[in-house]
Amino acid sequence: MDVGFVLQQIINGFSLGSMYALIAIGYTLVYGVLRLINFAHGDIMMVGAFSAFIALGFLTGWKFNHISMFVFFTAVGISIIVTSIVGILTYVSAYKPLLDKGAPKISLLITAIGISFFLESLFNVIANQYLGGTYQAFYFPKWFSTIIHVGSLTIPVLTIIVPILTILILLGVLFILYKTKVGIAIRALAFDIYTVKLMGANSNFIIGFVFALGSALAAIGGIAYSMAYPSIDPYMGMLVGLKAFAAAVVGGIGSVTGAVIGGFILGFAEIAIPGFFPELGGWKDAFAFILLIFVLLFRPTGIMGIDFERQRF
Amino acid sequence: MSAKKYFALIAIVTIIFLTFLYFSPNIFGGYTITVLGNIYIFIILAISYNLINGVAGQFSLEPNGFVAIGAYVTAILLLSPEMKSELYMLTAPLPLIRDVFLDPSKPFNPFFALLISGAFSSLVALTLAFPVFRVRGDYLAIVTLGFGFIIRIFLINNPEISNGSMGLDSIPGFASYFWIGVACLVAVILVYNIVYSRYGRAMKAVRDDEDAALAMGVNTFKTKTLAFMTSAFFEGVGGGLLASSIGSISPDQFTFMLTFQLLIIIVLGGLGSMSGAIIGTILFLGGMEILRPLDQASWHLGPIHGIPGLRMVVFSILLLLIMLFARRGLFGNKEIWDYIKIKKQNSNE
Repeated sequence: MDVGFVLQQIINGFSLGSMYALIAIGYTLVYGVLRLINFAHGDIMMVGAFSAFIALGFLTGWKFNHISMFVFFTAVGISIIVTSIVGILTYVSAYKPLLDKGAPKISLLITAIGISFFLESLFNVIANQYLGGTYQAFYFPKWFSTIIHVGSLTIPVLTIIVPILTILILLGVLFILYKTKVGIAIRALAFDIYTVKLMGANSNFIIGFVFALGSALAAIGGIAYSMAYPSIDPYMGMLVGLKAFAAAVVGGIGSVTGAVIGGFILGFAEIAIPGFFPELGGWKDAFAFILLIFVLLFRPTGIMGIDFERQRF
Repeated sequence: MSAKKYFALIAIVTIIFLTFLYFSPNIFGGYTITVLGNIYIFIILAISYNLINGVAGQFSLEPNGFVAIGAYVTAILLLSPEMKSELYMLTAPLPLIRDVFLDPSKPFNPFFALLISGAFSSLVALTLAFPVFRVRGDYLAIVTLGFGFIIRIFLINNPEISNGSMGLDSIPGFASYFWIGVACLVAVILVYNIVYSRYGRAMKAVRDDEDAALAMGVNTFKTKTLAFMTSAFFEGVGGGLLASSIGSISPDQFTFMLTFQLLIIIVLGGLGSMSGAIIGTILFLGGMEILRPLDQASWHLGPIHGIPGLRMVVFSILLLLIMLFARRGLFGNKEIWDYIKIKKQNSNE
C-alpha cells in the first residue's frame, strides 16, 4: 500500500467529514439549548441546497453552462439567508408554541419529525412541479473542480477548501460562543434556561439566533455536499442529517468542538473503510449508526465527554 | 369489570367481528375489501407501535425495520426451494436460506411462519435494546431510525439472502381477507391484555415518571425492553401478513414513509390509546383513499391542481396541526369507552 493512496484517503475523509461537521454543529447547538434532537435539521440542509440551486437558476436564467464566481457567491448568500429564516420559522411556528405550553418532550420530537416530513414533501412537490423532476444536477463554477496534482495525488480544489472553511467556521462559532454577549447568553441558556429567563434575558431572541446560526451552517454544509456529489433531491437531507447527528453524539453532543471531531471521524470511516476493504463499500451508509451504537454502549457522553447535567459547549 | 363480564364482552366482540368478516366480501366490492384488509394490517402495526410510543412513552421510529424483517422472514420461509432458486437472479441463495430447515417437500405452515417472523423481529429488538436503553434520552429515536436504514442496506447488499434490491415475489397468498381480519382481532385482544396487565401498568409508570417508577421498584430497563420486544413481535407478524397479502416485497417498500404514516395514525388517535390507534388507522387510511385524487394531475378545485406528492404535504401539515392545537389527539391516553363511562356517570348524577 503506497503512501499516496493513504494520503488521498485522508484528504477525502477530511473533506467529507467537514460536511458532516458543519451540519453536526447545528444539532449540537440546538440540543445544548433546548435538549431537543432537531430532526428537521437534515432537511434544513436540503433547503439550503435547494434554495442555492433555485437562486442560481434565477440569477443565470436557468442556463448553468457559465456560472461566474460573483453569481455563485450571491446565490450562496441568498441560500444562507433563506435557510436561516426557515430555521427561525421552524422554531417560532412549531417548537416555541409547544415549549410555551410546557408540552412533553415526545410532542416536540413528533413535531420535529412532522416538520422534517413537511419540508421533504413540500420540496418534492416543488421539484416535480417547477424544476422538472425529483433529482436535479447541481451546477457550480468550474474552478471548484479544477484538479491539483501533488505528486501522485489528484485533489479537486473543493476538497481542500471545505475542510479549511470548516476549521474557520469552527473558530468563528467558538469566538461567538465565548467572546460575544450573545454567545455568553447562549451558554447561560444552555446551563439553566429558567434562571436566564428570570434574569430578564430575551430567551426567544437567543434561541432564534441559535436556530439561525445552525441553519446557516447547515446551508453551507448542504451546498458543499451538493457540490461534492453534484446532485440534489428532496430526501437528501434525511440520511445525511442522521449521520451528522450520529457524528454529534460520537463527538459528545452539546460540544461544538466535539461535533467537528465526530464529523471528521465519521468522514474518515466512510472514506477509509471502503478504500481499504472494498467489499464493505455497500455498507458505507451503515457505519454511522454502528459507530453510534458502540458509542452508546461504551461511552454515552461521547469523545468530548460532556455531562449533560453539568456543563455544555 | 369482573372476569366473567370481561370474557363475555370479548366473546361478543369476537362474534360480531367474525360475522362482519365473513359477510363483508358479499356486501362490499373488491376495492373496499382490499382497503379493509389493508386497514386490518395497519391496525396490528398501529397498536403495536402505540405500545412502545404511547404506552411506554419511549419515542421510537422502528416499525419500518421490523416490518421489513417480518416480511422477509415470512417470504423466505414460505417460498419453496425451487421457487427461490428461480427467484434469486443476482446470486444463488445460501443453502440455509434455500432449504430453510424443515422438510423441503412440504410447504411451511403459514401460522408458524408468522410466529417465527415475530420472534425474529423480537430478538433483533432485544439486541437493539441493550445499547439504547442503557442511556436515557432520545437516542432510541435516532438508533431506530438508523436501524431502518441498516436493514435496507443489509437487504440490498446481501443478494444471497434477500435477492438484493430486486426483492421477492410470488409469495404464497395465505393471508386472505378473512385470515388477516382474524390475525387483527387476535393481536388487538393480546395487546389489550398486555396494556392492562401488570406489565402494561409498569410501562405507563415509566412513561409518566421514570424516576418515580424506579423508586417504586419497577425494573425500568426490563419494562422498556419488554415493551420494545412486544412491539417488534407484532410488527414482524404484521410484516409477514403484508408480504403475503401483497405477494411481492422489495427493500423500497419499507422506507421511513411507513413509520411516518403509523406515527400520524397513533398521534391522531391519541398516544397511549388503543381504541384511538384503531380509529386513527381507519380515519387515516380512509382519508388516504379519499385524498388520493390530490396526487393526480387531472384533479382540480378551482385554480388548485393535483400534484404528485401533494397528499403527503397535506398529511404532514395535518400532523403538525394536531401536535400544535390538539396534542392529545382524539382520545388522549384514555380509551373511547372511558369517555362513554364518564358521560354515563355524569348523566346519573
